[in-house]
Amino acid sequence: MIGTRSVRTVALAVSSIALLSACGSNNNSATPSTSASVNCATGTLKASGSTAQKNAMGDWINSYQGSCSGATIDYSATGSAAGITDFTNNQTSFAGSDSALKAAQLPAANARCAAGSAIDIPMVAGAIAVTYNLPGVTTLVLDPATTAKIFANQITKWNDPAIAALNPSATLPAASIAQYHRSDGSGTTDNFSKWLAAAAPMAWTFGTGKVWTAPGGQGAKGSDGVASAVSSTPNSIGYMELSFAKNANLTVAQIDNGGGAVTLTTDSAGKSLSAATVTGTGNDLSLKFDYATKAAGVYPIVLVTYEITCEKGLPADQLALLKSFLTYTSSAAAQAGLSGKGYIPLPADLLTKVQASVAALS
Amino acid sequence: MTKLGAGVPDSIQGSVVRRGDLVFRRLAKGAGLAVLVVLAAIAGFLVWRSVPGLRANTANFLTSTAWFPDQSPSRFGIAAIAFGTVVTAALALLIAVPIGFGVALFIAFYAPPKLATALGFIVDLLAAVPSIIFGLWGLQVLMPHLGGLQRWLNDHLGFIPIFHNSLGIYTKSLFVAAVVLGVMVLPTVSAISREIFLKVPHSNVEAALALGATRWETMRMAVLPFSRPGMISAAMLGLGRALGETIAVALILSALNVVNWHVTEPGGNTFAANIALGWNEAGPIGLSALIASGLVLFVLTLVVNVVARSIIWRRAEFHEGL
Repeated sequence: MIGTRSVRTVALAVSSIALLSACGSNNNSATPSTSASVNCATGTLKASGSTAQKNAMGDWINSYQGSCSGATIDYSATGSAAGITDFTNNQTSFAGSDSALKAAQLPAANARCAAGSAIDIPMVAGAIAVTYNLPGVTTLVLDPATTAKIFANQITKWNDPAIAALNPSATLPAASIAQYHRSDGSGTTDNFSKWLAAAAPMAWTFGTGKVWTAPGGQGAKGSDGVASAVSSTPNSIGYMELSFAKNANLTVAQIDNGGGAVTLTTDSAGKSLSAATVTGTGNDLSLKFDYATKAAGVYPIVLVTYEITCEKGLPADQLALLKSFLTYTSSAAAQAGLSGKGYIPLPADLLTKVQASVAALS
Repeated sequence: MTKLGAGVPDSIQGSVVRRGDLVFRRLAKGAGLAVLVVLAAIAGFLVWRSVPGLRANTANFLTSTAWFPDQSPSRFGIAAIAFGTVVTAALALLIAVPIGFGVALFIAFYAPPKLATALGFIVDLLAAVPSIIFGLWGLQVLMPHLGGLQRWLNDHLGFIPIFHNSLGIYTKSLFVAAVVLGVMVLPTVSAISREIFLKVPHSNVEAALALGATRWETMRMAVLPFSRPGMISAAMLGLGRALGETIAVALILSALNVVNWHVTEPGGNTFAANIALGWNEAGPIGLSALIASGLVLFVLTLVVNVVARSIIWRRAEFHEGL
């Protein structure tokens, strides 16, 4: 177990070095503005969890370690559930997770934080893009019910009246829809199915969860797997995090939740994040999204990933570095740097709360 | 069967035990026992960790096709993944075994010596290619090119249920996974059977040829009967690899937990792929459920090997009796 872990850590270190060299030019322009504001700490910090945070964490760790010599931060993208297990077993200082701690996980997590309780701090937000590959169709509008029926295999042709009614000016082919979803468990599937269940309760009867529950369609491993399947298959549709859609140059559908068609932009997804309600108490900032919102100009399919750590009770040496690092990641500059990577920066009002939570870590 | 040293007088054999002998015997015994200990430890771990999941399960573990262990109520069963595992492995063997034996026969008896050496080297090299490479190749290269073949199977042999495809989608099917598995299993089958064919006594082959037998008759009379147990074990080792292959299958399969006899339609999942795809985001019950499915795979491979061994033993006795 220990052997595997250290190998994994080395692999992560190597890959983050590769990442550093790969996008060195991008980082250099962003670093000067942020390095001034970093209040450095030294030591070693271990963390693991959500793969959705991987690229954001890689960037942040690079910048942070670049400005703060003597600090080493390892983030292994092992998946949210494995990250929470590592954190609960006292192997890491914080866990990245696609969802807030559930009631069943809380007692164990609180027990790990001897003097305090475990809290969820939202840090990396993103949007889920519904992408399609339809030669000749550059704009496609979908509403929740139609999307739900497509992904439930009830609408199987592109020229179905339901799709045509939403897209009167598009020339839709009579071809079968090749529908792709995730074959592995993922937070992306969890949030996507939550949107379908909330916004189209009549059409989506398959519940929600990290594992795809609807019959039919085809599964692909990872967001990159779905992206490459959609880009290589004509007449296909799939959902993935925005960054993967951008990397694969895929066309993103507009979503009409009832208030008109909305294009997925940093701004329209940010509005959805602003409208989220905080369901956690105190410094715990678990969020609940209004997936069924009908407000105009709000892109509804968003997700947020949390850093789960101890409000109180972390060993002093870990605490200083953790607090310093999270202060940096929740700075406006660090958040703004994410938008180029396909993430959505946390809106100012939510960010203020996050910064207060980080400041309260002791 | 005569025991080694049975004819040696007692005075030489047993009276003086040299220290080197003793140490070596104990080391060998320890190595033998270590294998059993490891096997028992794995079985114990699988049973121990699968209990919580099996307790929480509200569906029938053996007949349910659902895999939702982390929902409440938790329900999961291995019917679909067992089906997918067996079908892909069986199809893979159907593809790999005839070709593998053919390659081995060609190398052992037909090819000129230089070509035989080169071919043997290449086959061994193919066995060393990591499975992720096979997976990516299958996904990116083979899958698009198999679409035509599968469509042809549906158009011309669609009256046979397993080739029927009502969806008109020919990607990510059990068939594609089976072809990739077949290619992966091929070097195992051909490398082992080649070794077996090379062990056929030259005198037998020469005797057959001297009696006026053709090449094919020589194969049938002298080579194949002598090699049969070895060929079976080659196929069984191939089957073992096909049953347990993980990442290549996880990349290719659609991972829908359905029992679908139409092997060219997308859908189907295997034990190993299900574990690889579900592990990262599984909750405590989900992990336990995956371990329970691993236990079934463990037992399945054990059974396959025991059956293979028993076939070989029976054949071996039969052969010796001739």
